[in-house]
Amino acid sequence: MDTLVAQLQRQFRDYTISLSPGFFGFLDDQFTELKKLQDECSPDFVAEVVSLFFEDCEKLIGNMARALDQTGNVDFSLVGSSVHQLKGSSSSVGAKRVKGLCVTFKECCDSQNFEGCVRCLQQVDIEYKSLKAKLQDLFNLEQQIVQAGGRIPQVDI
Amino acid sequence: MPLDGGVSCLRRSEMIGIGIGELESPPLDSDQVHVLAVDDSLVDRIVIERLLRITSCKVTAVDSGWRALEFLGLDDDKSSVEFDRLKVDLIITDYCMPGMTGYELLKKIKESTSFREVPVVIMSSENVLTRIDRCLEEGAEDFLLKPVKLADVKRLRTYLTRDVKVSDRNKPKVPEDLSRFSSLAMVTPPPPPPPSITSVKSSSLEEIVSSSPPPSESSISPVDSPIRRMEMRSPGLD
Repeated sequence: MDTLVAQLQRQFRDYTISLSPGFFGFLDDQFTELKKLQDECSPDFVAEVVSLFFEDCEKLIGNMARALDQTGNVDFSLVGSSVHQLKGSSSSVGAKRVKGLCVTFKECCDSQNFEGCVRCLQQVDIEYKSLKAKLQDLFNLEQQIVQAGGRIPQVDI
Repeated sequence: MPLDGGVSCLRRSEMIGIGIGELESPPLDSDQVHVLAVDDSLVDRIVIERLLRITSCKVTAVDSGWRALEFLGLDDDKSSVEFDRLKVDLIITDYCMPGMTGYELLKKIKESTSFREVPVVIMSSENVLTRIDRCLEEGAEDFLLKPVKLADVKRLRTYLTRDVKVSDRNKPKVPEDLSRFSSLAMVTPPPPPPPSITSVKSSSLEEIVSSSPPPSESSISPVDSPIRRMEMRSPGLD
């Protein structure tokens, strides 16, 4: 007979695995590295870092959008430097798909490909919001497990 | 603030006053490793600070090369009197930063009299060999490829607290990225086989062993005793 905790733990495991490179590839092993830094003294470390990351996304995407909006006078190096920053922070939190998009985006900036940049910007925007929703679901599952009296299983990506 | 034989640190208010200290630990103990971390990315600062704290370092994290120089008292404007007993054991800096790059910061640190002996580690998201070489030539202790992992930081810690550092300085520097990607290169040597004093037959070791108290299971020398170190270096003797 499956207890509630066991069911939640299984859901959590499956959900985490679905985000991993072998499946939908939202996250890579750097996310597991972040989890290593979480303990009783810093129990919400991962949530705090990813939250800062999403704020960073919003800010940088705003910068890129503004720069691309200067019709006829787009400063591609400015866009490129924001992309570089976004690539860096996505890499640090294990946001694999966002990071991958940044690589393409950077190439568009370097070749001053306006349409390419606009497409990449839209994709990056969708991508970070998807990741945000996924991680919110994941953190909710963790909370439910804890509230049901269980331990959060260690699932390495 | 604790003052201990020439070691001091900035008061929190001073650090906030010069615009740093958003990520800064409680007052230093003189025997704790103090790291100055420099990165313009907030996310990266948070991560590197946690990585260092979890390996028992005290951390001061700043967001630019200029702030780092300010903290060290190496900026031109301020007199360095109040800073000249600042204890910094390691500086870890991002390479790509607006304004002053990590490379430029490295140069300034190596040009200074007060901090040129402090090991400087460069972090970069880009695996460019010429960049790595340049930094190592300029005196960087190590080069870490981002994203930085716990194992990377733990490795940094080992060469900070080891007594014998001379041999490491003379070793040819292997770029960090190669050791991470190559299945051959291992950063740490394999663990030595359990040493047994009774199995030692070399005459030179016997001389040392015979001058020490008779060995038994319970009196095997502690890890860092000279006899144990010699055994570990000659595992093939039997």
